[in-house]
Amino acid sequence: MRKNNMFTLAWITLLVTGSLFSCKPKNAGDAVSGDAAQQVYVAPGKYDEFYNFVSGGFNGQLSVYGLPSGRLLKIVPIFSVFPENGYGYSEETKPMLSTSHGFVPWDDQHHLELSQTNGEIDGRWIFANANNTPRVARVDLSTFKTAEILELPNSAGNHSSPFITENTEYVVAGTRFAVPMDYDNGDVPINTYRKNFKASISFISVDKNSGNMKLAFQLQVPPVDFDLSRAGKNKSHDWFFFSCYNTEQANTLLEVNASQRDKDFILAVNWKKLEEYAKQGKGKTEAAQYAHNVYDENKHMATSTIEKQVLVLDAKDLKDVCYFIPCPKSPHGCDVDPSGEYIVASGKLAALIPVFSFDKIQQAIANKKFIGDYDGIPVIEYEAALYGEVKKPGLGPLHTEFDGRGNAITTMFVSSEIVKWNIKDLKVIDRQPTYYSPGHLCIPGGDTKKPNGKYVIVYNKITKDRYLPTGPELAQAAQLFDISGDKMKLLLDFPTIGEPHYAQAVAASLIKDKSVKYFDINKNQNPYVTKGEAESKVVRNGKRVDIYITQIRSHFSPDNIEGIKVGDEVYWHVTNLEQDWDLPHGFAIKGVPENAELLVMPGETQTYKWSPKNPGIYPFYCTDFCSALHQEMQGYVRISPANSTIPLSFSTGKNLPNPTTAPPLLDK
Amino acid sequence: MCTQPMRPTQLNEITSFKLKLKMNMKKLIILSLFGLLMVACSSSGKKNETTSNNTASGSAASTESTTGGNPSYDPNRGEGKFTRVDVSPTLDIAMAEAGNKVYTVKCGACHKLTDEKLVGPGWKGVTQRHTAEWIMNFITNTDDMLTKDPKAQAMLEICLVRMPNQQLTDQEARDVYEFMRKNDGVK
Repeated sequence: MRKNNMFTLAWITLLVTGSLFSCKPKNAGDAVSGDAAQQVYVAPGKYDEFYNFVSGGFNGQLSVYGLPSGRLLKIVPIFSVFPENGYGYSEETKPMLSTSHGFVPWDDQHHLELSQTNGEIDGRWIFANANNTPRVARVDLSTFKTAEILELPNSAGNHSSPFITENTEYVVAGTRFAVPMDYDNGDVPINTYRKNFKASISFISVDKNSGNMKLAFQLQVPPVDFDLSRAGKNKSHDWFFFSCYNTEQANTLLEVNASQRDKDFILAVNWKKLEEYAKQGKGKTEAAQYAHNVYDENKHMATSTIEKQVLVLDAKDLKDVCYFIPCPKSPHGCDVDPSGEYIVASGKLAALIPVFSFDKIQQAIANKKFIGDYDGIPVIEYEAALYGEVKKPGLGPLHTEFDGRGNAITTMFVSSEIVKWNIKDLKVIDRQPTYYSPGHLCIPGGDTKKPNGKYVIVYNKITKDRYLPTGPELAQAAQLFDISGDKMKLLLDFPTIGEPHYAQAVAASLIKDKSVKYFDINKNQNPYVTKGEAESKVVRNGKRVDIYITQIRSHFSPDNIEGIKVGDEVYWHVTNLEQDWDLPHGFAIKGVPENAELLVMPGETQTYKWSPKNPGIYPFYCTDFCSALHQEMQGYVRISPANSTIPLSFSTGKNLPNPTTAPPLLDK
Repeated sequence: MCTQPMRPTQLNEITSFKLKLKMNMKKLIILSLFGLLMVACSSSGKKNETTSNNTASGSAASTESTTGGNPSYDPNRGEGKFTRVDVSPTLDIAMAEAGNKVYTVKCGACHKLTDEKLVGPGWKGVTQRHTAEWIMNFITNTDDMLTKDPKAQAMLEICLVRMPNQQLTDQEARDVYEFMRKNDGVK
């Protein structure tokens, strides 16, 4: 009997536990619907449908993923050295990281913007900002290499950058940190911020054909923190909109002191008028020092030039260019819908999302509906500019992209979700949790006139338990949602590197077919190119030694070099003679403290500088597996003491050992 | 380090192709062993060891099976765009000179002008071993030829390095052929 009771009790316990489990609230795993795997599966050998260009944040680089698979395809080094391919180490690429402060090996890369024509992505270039030492870069999307980097004077914390106009006329770059201007005395007490510090917005013009950037002019504005920005579209084409915070003009404990006011500002700038004033000579040319670095694809080398002046226009002198619009609680995102009518601003600490109307802003300006001015800039009445507010969207709205079907999707950092709402009626349609605390989000073309509303990718700031633990530091978690239906469906988590902020995505068809496969060796204009093994040589000029060395599967020419001495400055000019796709060769020498490796693309020349410190034999080899005989792709260089008289000699296949020293059984 | 081993079907195709050449069993075994060796090397190697990209391998596979079973495949002509090359009995000096320049930049790293093998075979006598069409097709359609042409495969088994496509234009290929003729003593 007793035994029987025990048995029954066991059954009841089991049943109760079972029902408890089935009542458990849905977890993240349950949130994924059954066909998600099918939707993101890209069969081996097949291509992804979209390129996803993702900022690297604190790694200073740009990473390229395929969507919907989330596969990492490439890292493009921009603002940080990249020992993996020699970027920032080779003589050809070192000038890319030159600044007015000298060589800066690292930066913090936040935002990306694909070039546009008529408000649509044209697939030619992608622009990137450097936050820390203010710069804007242009990456060429036929080579996936950084083509140009322009430093910005009178700037610090280049955050509201690099946002662009509909025809890539201008790339803008607004300052996060107000600072004394470079042409003023910077040695001032910090608490004289309100008197001595200023903010600036740089307008970089982009040549239609070459893409070359030029700092056209700078707009000097009051010392508030500029956060993010968007250019207008269609009817608002002539305008730029910037979010700003710290309108309190605090210089310490901003967490508290810059959160005092109920409303900060959106700054509306009529850039067309500003451009006219600049052309009319209304600005003032100020002395400056900023680097302009350009990579020449034919020479395979960069040059760095220091520019000496900049045209500055002061906002308070220009009566019809700048207008402030009050915006609740430290606005962050500032996004313009595809029509150009609605400007969505997201207050980081707000519990609502204000949507401004471009038409109402124009009317308010015409009717002078101002509540006063702020450092000489008119401030429009909030209600006069407001289209409406999205009520109770969630907590901590940050960024908004558009699906092209009349809806907006906004990330909610504090409540950890994405929220889809209708732009016209401002009603929330759907909300989905994200894991965890989303920052930026990206819909392919989601900031342009023509979004492709198939997917949204959310870049989360907190990862926690999403992947296998890897110690205190974790991969960053991106999440892909299908947004083609009414409900947003989570499809995929994929880990990313660095710390992604903003990202861009575009149909692969716009880019993939124009990808360069190799560089034509006949067009290689590098001053140190070796066009064929017959031209390979070693030349001494005093203490400088130039080694013109070639690579082809699978040997170097020359591969035996003697007569180099301690104290020499040795330049290895490595030319890859291959003319086929996916055939880079690597180059590395044992024990070189000042250098990394080179990865030389087919038809390219790259230069490796070395100052040998100790006599001895130094092996060098190809680091990129190139053929069945890759392991044989190697050579030796002999370093002799400084006073050595050993003559310079070099060869491949000719420097043979004495036949009497043949190893055993060589003839068997 | 990316690896893309040779597809098993590719090996089968090569083997079946060899069968059609009516080789005796012993030769077949030896060749199959060579084939295995190639696979072993390429599986530890890079994707270029096999074929260059999706489309190329796709089309190569489909034409391969027809070529293999197609008695009209001309092993003297090879596979490629050149069907008939007009060659004069005397040397075109200008073309040979142009060919020499191309050789210096794109070929000389692996091919000597003597009969000595470096990475690839020496060029002495090459115009007697192969037709102009075969040589020019091999230069300009290297991957396809290495995948299906028996003479090209036989050379690969000896050299073990796939000849790179060095992207010569049609005219450059013709110039190089003329330079080969000069090297072989044509006046």
